[in-house]
Amino acid sequence: MFKTIEDRSANTVEILVEGVAHRVPANISVAAAALLCGLGSVRETPVSGAGRLPYCMMGICFDCLMKINGQPNQRACQVMVAADMTVERQLGAAEFEDL
Amino acid sequence: MSARVLLAWPLPVKPLASEFAWACWITRRHRQLQILGKDFVKGRLLIERFKQAGGSYFSEASVWFLDEKRRVGVLIGDKSYFVSADKLVLATGAQERPMPIPGWELPGVMAAGAGQILLKSAGMVPDGRLLLAGSGPLILLLAYQYLQAGVKIDALIDTTPQGAMSRSFGKLFGALPAADYLFKGLKMMLAIRRAGIPVYHHVEGLSAVGGEKLETVRFDSGKAGFKKLTNYELPADTLLLHQGVIPNIRLPLAAGCDIDWDAGQENWTVKTDEWGRSSDADIYVVGDGSRISGAEASALQGRLAGMHSALQLGKINNAELEDLSRPVLKSYKRHLSIRPFLDSCYKPSPRYLVPDDATLVCRCEEITAGEIRQAVRLGCTGPNQVKSFTRCGMGPCQGGQCGSTVSLIISEQLGKPMDEVGCLRVRPPLSPITLGQLSEA
Ligand SMILES: Cc1cc2nc3c(=O)[nH]c(=O)nc-3n(C[C@H](O)[C@H](O)[C@H](O)COP(=O)(O)OP(=O)(O)OC[C@H]3O[C@@H](n4cnc5c(N)ncnc54)[C@H](O)[C@@H]3O)c2cc1C
Ligand code: FES
Repeated sequence: MFKTIEDRSANTVEILVEGVAHRVPANISVAAAALLCGLGSVRETPVSGAGRLPYCMMGICFDCLMKINGQPNQRACQVMVAADMTVERQLGAAEFEDL
Repeated sequence: MSARVLLAWPLPVKPLASEFAWACWITRRHRQLQILGKDFVKGRLLIERFKQAGGSYFSEASVWFLDEKRRVGVLIGDKSYFVSADKLVLATGAQERPMPIPGWELPGVMAAGAGQILLKSAGMVPDGRLLLAGSGPLILLLAYQYLQAGVKIDALIDTTPQGAMSRSFGKLFGALPAADYLFKGLKMMLAIRRAGIPVYHHVEGLSAVGGEKLETVRFDSGKAGFKKLTNYELPADTLLLHQGVIPNIRLPLAAGCDIDWDAGQENWTVKTDEWGRSSDADIYVVGDGSRISGAEASALQGRLAGMHSALQLGKINNAELEDLSRPVLKSYKRHLSIRPFLDSCYKPSPRYLVPDDATLVCRCEEITAGEIRQAVRLGCTGPNQVKSFTRCGMGPCQGGQCGSTVSLIISEQLGKPMDEVGCLRVRPPLSPITLGQLSEA
């Protein structure tokens, strides 16, 4: 759904998105990386289970909540990618023991 | 951390000899910057100047607590700190005004600002069929920037209501001191026309349609001057929505600053004097976070607040303040002169502010406008009651996204002015913080 406009292959990091290794530009947010990797949704809502993608990219809407390095409820648009980061979709509300 | 005054040193910083060279270098180096243009570089220069001024700067910090005693709880990395200040300058900026249309929660629908952030910060652009819909300078600017980046825009769906332009004509004269803004707007409109992008005007009934993700966008549009509307349905992979920006007032609210509803801008504004001083004389609220005034005016207002607090702290005297502030005030007023025209021209259409019953208002708890109206029929008279009744505003975003829509729905249904309806209260934590991070405080 999104692509980069310039060649950024010089400065990349490898991250694990839903268990699959992806090489993405360094210095982008996890939400941007998720869009670049083509995820159809980054979370499923606790109420209806509907899939969502990042909406505002500026920390307001919380539609980008993901599990990052095992920690749930992270606004993926506010976290930068880092080497070997694990990124998972958040399904429903975060479980209590995760917090 | 021992910072007592949270502001940039207010005395004018001499333009750095290196600034110009640096700007040229950086513009040449990045294709992204060529697309984003001069304004982006200006912002970078502001940052450079701040760094030169010697104040402490903490990046990726998030203020999760603030109270009327000016105690600030801030999360930096995984550590939380408390600082208190004699003077506090809040410059929280703007957020996009929600545009709750049917289907705006579908994957594939995003805020236009999000599209711009992806372009600015990650050099990313939509791939596939792209529609831009809404009203306001930002959507024109984004279309222009996408064109510069070689992105194909399948249509521009303009929701500016009929008559907005002619109604605002009288305000053009007052905007002449800031004619550069008008020329910029014209340049963007011309480029869009020249690129041959289909533009639909005076659009009503905009909705996003799809199952698991966006598939098509439906709307009605008519030619200017004609009553008859035609229905359209365009296939789309990405729909970017926009209807202006509104002040992000969460921190000023937490600090107890008084607010007002501005019926011209259709948003809450923080009450301030010309120095940016709020109802609490020790708290300044500047820039778009107090009232939408644009990037240049916001930066100037920050300088005025800095100068005035320096006076209050005894660092400069009245005469120095007057000398220092005179040119800044003049320039500030010039930049503000474009606002009445822009506010009138791009005043959002009521039908996109107050959605129909089936449309989601609260994206977190999935509450529709109909459920909010039902709560009002059952006796709720303000957003805080609606919140406890429906959970609207109780989700992770804490009403940051839906707050103004909820108040507008209540105001319309009860026929009460917004100042009486009020806004959602804010409660700490103002942004998410885990128990672990809190215990590090
Ligand atoms: C999506 C969007 C796109 C825009 N695009 C353009 C454009 O292309 N050209 C243009 O001229 N103008 C644009 N504008 C308007 C322009 O951004 C503003 O006029 C200008 O940035 C206002 O400056 P400011 O200093 O008041 O706020 P900002 O520059 O927005 O700065 C506010 C800062 O406060 C931070 N903040 C807020 N709350 C907290 C908190 N609790 N803790 C820590 N930090 C916090 C924010 O993260 C932000 O960094 C845009 C506005 C938006 C919302
Ligand atoms: S996309 Fe809105 S908070 Fe991250």
